[in-house]
Amino acid sequence: MKTLLAALFCGFLFGFGLIISGMTNPARVLNFLDWSARWDPTLAFVMGGAIAVALPGFHWLRKREKPLYSSHFELPAKRKIDAKLVFGAGLFGIGWGIAGLCPGPAVVAAATLDSDLLLFFAAMVSGMVAQHWFFNQKLNKNAR
Amino acid sequence: MMNWTVTTFDPWAGLAGGVFIGTAVVLLLFSIGKIAGISGIVAGIFNQKSIELHWRLAFLAGLILSPILYRAFIGEFAVIVQTETLWMVIAGLLVGFGTRLGSGCTSGHGVAGLARLSPRSLVATLIFMVTAVATVSVIRYL
Repeated sequence: MKTLLAALFCGFLFGFGLIISGMTNPARVLNFLDWSARWDPTLAFVMGGAIAVALPGFHWLRKREKPLYSSHFELPAKRKIDAKLVFGAGLFGIGWGIAGLCPGPAVVAAATLDSDLLLFFAAMVSGMVAQHWFFNQKLNKNAR
Repeated sequence: MMNWTVTTFDPWAGLAGGVFIGTAVVLLLFSIGKIAGISGIVAGIFNQKSIELHWRLAFLAGLILSPILYRAFIGEFAVIVQTETLWMVIAGLLVGFGTRLGSGCTSGHGVAGLARLSPRSLVATLIFMVTAVATVSVIRYL
């Protein structure tokens, strides 16, 4: 129960941060990605503010043995910079540049129930499922 | 295929929002030991069997609750779509497929990964920034 409440609260805090910084507005995100005379650098300040908190926060967590409500910290184990990372990030950037939405803002914006935003969310989930099906299915077959 | 609504630079709103996001990322790792990567959380709900489903659903519920409570207690906020419907769908597919292939998005790589000083996340963040800026340039200026 504590685990769920903590996750719920963190999700809420995250979404609140996206809203007050204007990151749920595709127009603002696209104007950040447009490095012309009308550049809107707000997104850089959002990332800067988030990292300014998370960097010392993570550093402090390194001294702790385990999280408050679970047995261990789960950090990504992958180290190699491979083709999947490069192509995946590249494709994501193209989609981000077309719509001005990445996954977090897409969820918050979809909650407004606008049809275009719901469609984007549905397409995003379909893309995730397709990727999982395509790559993990293949992996499982190879493993057998 | 795209409208162009001008927005004005708002560094204080950006910083304040960023501090909330950073706090959420640190709190999630501190409390339950998970990295707050939204693409991974969403994909985990729709992909896997019931394993690890509960905290992901709770996080997503909090994320969905934020605009509802914001509208109820604070007010409206701008969500101005700039892209035609067909291109929204194409973009959604690319964002979903790409973030999973690349193991992360703006939150997992761009915030949590950079704060962990992960070389993978630095490379991913640079690449998606470059392709996103290039995409907007092509759409708006070519």
